[in-house]
Amino acid sequence: MEFSFTKEQKERAEEILKRYPVKRAALLPLLWLVQEKDGYVSDDAVKFMAGFLDISPADVWGVATFYTMFERKPAGRHHVQVCTNLCCRLKGADWLLRYLKNKLNVEAGATTSDGKFHLSTVECLGSCGTAPMMQIDDDYHEELDAEKVDRIIAGLK
Amino acid sequence: MMKILTKNFGVPDSHLLKVARANGAYSSLGKLFAMKPEDAVQEVKKSGLRGRGGAGFPTGTKWGFVPKGTGKPVYLVVNADESEPGTFKDRAIIEKDPHLLIEGILIASHAIGADTVYVYFRGEYYRQWERFLSALKEAKEARIVGERPFIHAHRGAGAYICGEETALLNSIEGYRGVPRIRPPFPAVSGLFGCPTIINNVETLASLPYIIREGGEAYAKIGTEKSRGTKLISVCGHVNRPGVYEIELGMSIARFLAEHAGGTPEERALKAVVPGGSSVPVMTAAEALGGCLSYEGCEKAGSMLGSGGMIVMDESACMVRCLADIAKFYHHESCGQCTPCREGCGWIKKICERLEAGEGREGDLELMLAVADNMQGKTICVFADALAMPVKSFVTKFKDEFEEHIRFGRCPR
Repeated sequence: MEFSFTKEQKERAEEILKRYPVKRAALLPLLWLVQEKDGYVSDDAVKFMAGFLDISPADVWGVATFYTMFERKPAGRHHVQVCTNLCCRLKGADWLLRYLKNKLNVEAGATTSDGKFHLSTVECLGSCGTAPMMQIDDDYHEELDAEKVDRIIAGLK
Repeated sequence: MMKILTKNFGVPDSHLLKVARANGAYSSLGKLFAMKPEDAVQEVKKSGLRGRGGAGFPTGTKWGFVPKGTGKPVYLVVNADESEPGTFKDRAIIEKDPHLLIEGILIASHAIGADTVYVYFRGEYYRQWERFLSALKEAKEARIVGERPFIHAHRGAGAYICGEETALLNSIEGYRGVPRIRPPFPAVSGLFGCPTIINNVETLASLPYIIREGGEAYAKIGTEKSRGTKLISVCGHVNRPGVYEIELGMSIARFLAEHAGGTPEERALKAVVPGGSSVPVMTAAEALGGCLSYEGCEKAGSMLGSGGMIVMDESACMVRCLADIAKFYHHESCGQCTPCREGCGWIKKICERLEAGEGREGDLELMLAVADNMQGKTICVFADALAMPVKSFVTKFKDEFEEHIRFGRCPR
């Protein structure tokens, strides 16, 4: 299916292009717009973006696959990311990951059967002093214990 | 103790312009705009301020590298791509006092003659990016930020390497975040081939004080080689993890006791990584005899780096800790240089087999040899950032590594 921005996104895209002296520099902000609309960067979006910025699809693909936050396939409705880096590990990240795997009944790197949650492990999110932590979509949840995790997960639609 | 960076951290709603202004935000600007740009550079040189991103390069000197009269625009790029494990200090500034950062941006732009500023946020700092944007909006509405400089907030998308300044420039230009070969240095040919200064968030946040009170006043704080105050973010096995502002030169022992509140259940201290995961680890003895200054950390066998302190008590397994560090660097290597791309993977594999009890005779020597082949042999210092922990962990905690091989399991 051909990709296109929404009308409102088109306006934002035009505004974004004005921030940079060369078009290509708008690639990252525009890929964020793509992901905001579809939840991931599809092959069609790559082609669209290449045309939009006058660069090759390979250029767009190279960038979209380099940065880990750009999803390359549809993920769950909520992306649950657990930091398993050193600092979080010292403060119980192993426990948190185990707890979430059991609670959501899913392995890290996979999506729950109802498509609601995608669980993954990530490297340092700059939340070392408030470990263990997870990021769900755009929000950090810090200093977690079982009760807090239960409450946060229950609060998600 | 003088509070320069954190003075508003405890003030409710300190991120709002009204509150920030009541607490002195933007009060340096009157003096700044009466100064010639070169005088502002001079003031910062006098202050002795060194870059707070990790490298510690003198800020005023860096500014002085911008060539005059090239006819090209000059860019200021703000490095808010904080992602080194153990480091969460810039985040505190952005969340709690974004106007201090904006004031710093205005000062630096005036000094170097920048008319466009890009603030590069790590992609994960979405809420922090929003907070900055709303502070910027308020500052624009109040006409504190005018037509020039243009200040744009640019979001990364998950790549630690983009904290490396030339990778960051490539990322803004819409490329993969791979570091560039220097020279040319960014001050001469950086963003879009134009003169560019890249400064860390904390560095910029230190500027309002320097302009308001003068470089000499700032230089009176700290030690001879480490002037001023610095944020230390402390985590791991401590009772009070968090972000603390210290006068440079404070002893690590005092910092751990007074700020970090000691180790949980008074367990014995085993090791301290003082400046983010990339600096050499200190033994407890080195740490307790060391100081938090650029020269003090070096003397104690490490580096001040970003001031991201990771504390391990006796319950930590040093092999596991190094394995976690190696996992990070393996995941984040941009893959451009072979010694780094391959070396990080080798180190990770060896650490993991040691921890799993499958270590072999000669593994420690192999790790050191791999680290030697990484250090100083690549375009940027990313490879060194793993080689230094490897060398220090393996040599300073050799017994623990050998035990893993001898016992065929992790003894902890």
